[in-house]
Amino acid sequence: MRSKRRLSLRNLAIGAAAAILLAGTVSAPARAGGTLRVGMTAADIPLSWGQPDQGFEGFRFMGLMLYDGLINWDMSSADKASGLIPGLAESWSVDENDKTKWTFKLRKGVKFHDGSEFDADAVLWNFDRLFDKDSPQYSARMASLVNFRIPSLVYDADTNTKGWKKIDSHTVEFTTKSPDSFFPYQICYILISSPAQFEATGSDWNKFAQDPSGTGPWKLTQIVPRERAEFVPFEEHWDETRQPKLDKVVTIPIPDPNARTAALLSGQVDWIEAPAPDAIPRLEERGMVISSNLYPHVWSWHLSRVEGSPWNDIRVRKAANLAIDRDGILSLLGGYGVKASGHVSPADPWYGSPSFKLEYNPDAARALLAEAGFGPDNPVQVKMMISASGSGQMLPLPMNEYMQQNLKEVGIEVEFEVMEWQSLLDRWRAGAKAEQAQGANGINVSYTTQDPYSSFTRFLRCDLHAPAGVNWGYHCDPEMDELLKNASLAFDPAERDGWLAKVHTREVDNALFLWVVHDVAPRAMTTNVKGFIQARNWFQSLTPVTME
Amino acid sequence: MLSYIIRRVLYVIPIGLGVTVLVFALVHMSPGDPLSAVVPPDAPEEMVQDLRKAYGFDKPLPVQYVTWLGRVLVGDLGVSVARGREVVEELRIAVPNTFILAAGGTLLGFTLGAILGGIAGFFQGRWIDKLATSIAITGVSVPHYWLGLVLVIVFSVEMNVLPSIGMGPGGSTAWEWDAEHMRHLVLPVITLAVIPMGLITRTVRATVAEILNQEFVQALHAKGLFQRQVLAHIVRNAAPTTLAVMGLQLGYLLGGSILVETVFQWPGTGSLLNSAIFERDLPLLQGTILVLAMFFVLLNLAVDILQSAIDPRMSRR
Repeated sequence: MRSKRRLSLRNLAIGAAAAILLAGTVSAPARAGGTLRVGMTAADIPLSWGQPDQGFEGFRFMGLMLYDGLINWDMSSADKASGLIPGLAESWSVDENDKTKWTFKLRKGVKFHDGSEFDADAVLWNFDRLFDKDSPQYSARMASLVNFRIPSLVYDADTNTKGWKKIDSHTVEFTTKSPDSFFPYQICYILISSPAQFEATGSDWNKFAQDPSGTGPWKLTQIVPRERAEFVPFEEHWDETRQPKLDKVVTIPIPDPNARTAALLSGQVDWIEAPAPDAIPRLEERGMVISSNLYPHVWSWHLSRVEGSPWNDIRVRKAANLAIDRDGILSLLGGYGVKASGHVSPADPWYGSPSFKLEYNPDAARALLAEAGFGPDNPVQVKMMISASGSGQMLPLPMNEYMQQNLKEVGIEVEFEVMEWQSLLDRWRAGAKAEQAQGANGINVSYTTQDPYSSFTRFLRCDLHAPAGVNWGYHCDPEMDELLKNASLAFDPAERDGWLAKVHTREVDNALFLWVVHDVAPRAMTTNVKGFIQARNWFQSLTPVTME
Repeated sequence: MLSYIIRRVLYVIPIGLGVTVLVFALVHMSPGDPLSAVVPPDAPEEMVQDLRKAYGFDKPLPVQYVTWLGRVLVGDLGVSVARGREVVEELRIAVPNTFILAAGGTLLGFTLGAILGGIAGFFQGRWIDKLATSIAITGVSVPHYWLGLVLVIVFSVEMNVLPSIGMGPGGSTAWEWDAEHMRHLVLPVITLAVIPMGLITRTVRATVAEILNQEFVQALHAKGLFQRQVLAHIVRNAAPTTLAVMGLQLGYLLGGSILVETVFQWPGTGSLLNSAIFERDLPLLQGTILVLAMFFVLLNLAVDILQSAIDPRMSRR
């Protein structure tokens, strides 16, 4: 009996060894040539029917691959701020006599992926899709994703008054509620889907999403929910300079940063978005290329200006800005960031010439607090709402804790209310006076500064507090409103930028936020990936990329 | 026996109804707006209200429950708010993917557990027993996600011999039972198998040890049966308890492990639940939980029936 047992134990060991040997003989998969595999941060493939979800990553890896706007972003350079360029509209102009009327001359000979023709009717059809609830193509979900980005456009559901009109087959006129020079920055988010394909897919947006058709440089060939989307070049794309060089792009949602890093290091993807800062040295050690560039992003504390908030005193706001050791925070980020010296960076045409410099000067901060009546025995007490993670939030917990320490050293005691990202956004939308704010004096949400409205207007204009907008802190300064109004009335780009520079100068000189860093969007890729130009934009183009 | 089975099947109806009430209540009691994750924060309130109406979230909760239950009874679990896809369709894709993983995990866990438990039971008190018991305790104590990450670091990142994510080079839709796809299965299956392995080892060990001490075993030896024949009797006596534990474990694994599926980007019910939670996608969340809960109920039913077939005393209780 005993010998039988020993025999079975030996067999067990032999079996286990054989299994290990078998596992070792399986080889790694062959890599297809000319195919780029991208690991995205999104948890799912962005919606493919026209207006994407998943924030700006959805625009980057779905929206702007399949579709064009009437106006596009220039993503051809890494060295200058990325501006607007003609897209499906060859040109646009505002009426000299009535500055609420915009004429868009559409590009001729443009085809959708399904072969149908792009023209003025397609443009009107796409705007009806977003606004006119009686139109068969109206989609409430799609409208919810983008209509807030184009607040100037006229639409009245009661009278069915539409701010979009066909002049001829390739000319469309848009009407805004009031003169607004920011209109081109608003309309560029509206992406144009194919009406013919909508009809061909049974007038069902969900079916359209499986077999979408736009005019963009890439065509979607496969979509597997939560797993992958595959794109091939659209060879008839109207812009020869944006003809894709790759055979295929595969996008894979990998929301966990460790899983993304492992996928890159194990050769399952060629490119990952947003590697964790602490993984970057390891990636570099393994020969990966880290691409990064300044882009319109700011990581800040949005301050409450409601009655009783300590931030109502400009000396406290300035003291806080002077207390932050931004170099220390940059080392925390592995050097992947740029110290903030305002809401936008000095490289931005809207920076202006603020006299208040965001330097690290704890002594000056202490002096300002003393002047405001605070001291070691009487510290400023503030409560901040922060998230543990979130889109564009970088490393929110360590960064906030670092700031907490910095602020404590000058006499500002910070208490955190840490919450999940969506809860934080709920509270952001509700405003500082809402019950959900629970008396918080600030909120840490990182922002895009890509266009004037997103960068300034929505936070600074008196009437845009909750529920009308996200002026979370109820900031109100009539003089700032006047500057914003002048900017929106300046139709010459240089003049408009001049007014926006004045807005920014006033914003910094009044220390309206506690600004910390700008992100530089690090992304890691293998050395086989060539030709990528990281534009100073949230959006990027994969058309110049090749695989070696 | 038949009346026991009928009685047991009829129990499923009130249990199922109870499950729907619980699932609906739990999902709706959780804090937060169901639309907050799908509507951009800048979207105007009017637009949010329009969407609320479109998805029926503006109605009182009891009305929402009755509407949902009515649809569930005809096999319609609604449409995902975030994705716009049918929940049934989402589950049709995710459930088989989780099943592959769960079956692999259970098979490996059960095989290793039965072998280790059997060995430990036979050699109680000896070094091999201590080794098997230590492995079992480690198995039930090691956090899933930690083991998953360690396996990824060792076998994917450092040795580069096994893939770290996904179901294959072409995703789940291109799944085939070939070597390339099986390689994607190795790490998640090992990660998933450690807990059932530990539990089954301990169960089998205790059961075998208990059986070995019973008089009928000595009687079988005294009768002059071969060791193989005695072993067959022990296995038959140990089977009901082991089966019950394995059934429960399969139930847990079929529920999809959120952590394991997230670490390995396995497109099953666990990752479906994960995205439903983060996107606060109530129809997807309640549909997925309901289906998984019903799986569990039905699996318990199957195990009970199987147990009563193996051991008729069960049906007389």
